[in-house]
Amino acid sequence: MSADGHHPAPMSPVEQRVAALEALLTERGLVPEGFIDEITRRYESEIGPMNGAKVVARAWVDPGYKRRLLAEGAAAIAELGFGGAEGEHMVVVENTPAVHNVIVCTLCSCYPWPVLGLPPAWYKDPPYRARMVREPRALLAEMGCQLPGDAEIRVWDSSAEVRYLVLPERPAGTEGMTEAQLAGLVTRDSMIGVARL
Amino acid sequence: MDGIHDLGGRQGFGPVGHSPAEPAFPYRWEAVARALLMVVAGTVEASGGEFRHSIERMEPGHYLTSSYYEHWLTAAATLAVEHGLVTHSELEARAGGRFPLSGPVLAPPVADAGPDVGEPRFGPGDRVRVREWHPPGHTRCPGYVRGKAGVVVRADGIYSVPDVEAHGAARRHEPTYSVRFDAADLWGDGQRGVFVHVDLWDSYLERP
Repeated sequence: MSADGHHPAPMSPVEQRVAALEALLTERGLVPEGFIDEITRRYESEIGPMNGAKVVARAWVDPGYKRRLLAEGAAAIAELGFGGAEGEHMVVVENTPAVHNVIVCTLCSCYPWPVLGLPPAWYKDPPYRARMVREPRALLAEMGCQLPGDAEIRVWDSSAEVRYLVLPERPAGTEGMTEAQLAGLVTRDSMIGVARL
Repeated sequence: MDGIHDLGGRQGFGPVGHSPAEPAFPYRWEAVARALLMVVAGTVEASGGEFRHSIERMEPGHYLTSSYYEHWLTAAATLAVEHGLVTHSELEARAGGRFPLSGPVLAPPVADAGPDVGEPRFGPGDRVRVREWHPPGHTRCPGYVRGKAGVVVRADGIYSVPDVEAHGAARRHEPTYSVRFDAADLWGDGQRGVFVHVDLWDSYLERP
């Protein structure tokens, strides 16, 4: 690092590699002006689990919507204005008292971006990907997800084109709440299936 | 390839480093790396299969000790070098040090993709077995289900086969299915009430 003795860079090796590739591609005219900031802004502010929470809340209050969501996920999600890359083919899986669903991608990190945003680091790291298909009951308990003792666990490995969203159960005692209030109860983890509400 | 990325069922990793929420990009370089991969993949018109395979070819030790966006950076640089946008020596000179790239493609280019499969061979309720094979190139068939029997729960759409599209311009399209496996059959450990569903292309499957 800075072997030539001037401008000692306060950058880590990986940051230096990113800067090197960025500079070379920019010099060749391949990086459109403003592209990096624009794509970053979209994933920081427009796309995230708040979108999925609106889908879940709508399904809780509107039985017709819930039927459409479970039958044709992407089309029902598009009714609320969400869609795009990694959300073209959506399957929504419903939790019940007897069935708990959880999503994983063992081969890489496939995740339903339009409704959940970019995946968290732990979803992409080896422990989650290795263990969720082998010992989900133990791993869910370890992650603080309490299941009824005899609940069936359904793990969905996103290995082809479908992306999954878990429809969590509506919590008891929420009968008087508005759709917007209900959306506020829905966590990212409950839509991955590593938590129950 | 039987690469390090094929993690389903591997043991010894320890606890999940869970956090309930975090910023999309904890470090600025991660956002840049992500955008640069989009730039490179768009410029060289890399298919999804070619992109994923460029990560899968990372040296296993590097893969396991680097974060997700370092994988994307390595993929972007590897594809940029392989498609002639930059050279490895330029990257290392500019970075002022080593710039590890992914390893070479082990599979030959696919010249003849074979015919598309227009109709699903299987439907919900059908019992199937996953082929037991070890292709040297890209595949979306996880190792942990190879040779295992399961039941189709959904027939999904017809999609480009990743094993083909990762290795040249040829394409073959096939139906995909979601196949349900009893976890006790996968791992032989007697666990009960646990089912793992894996989405598989038609050619990965055979009749049991």
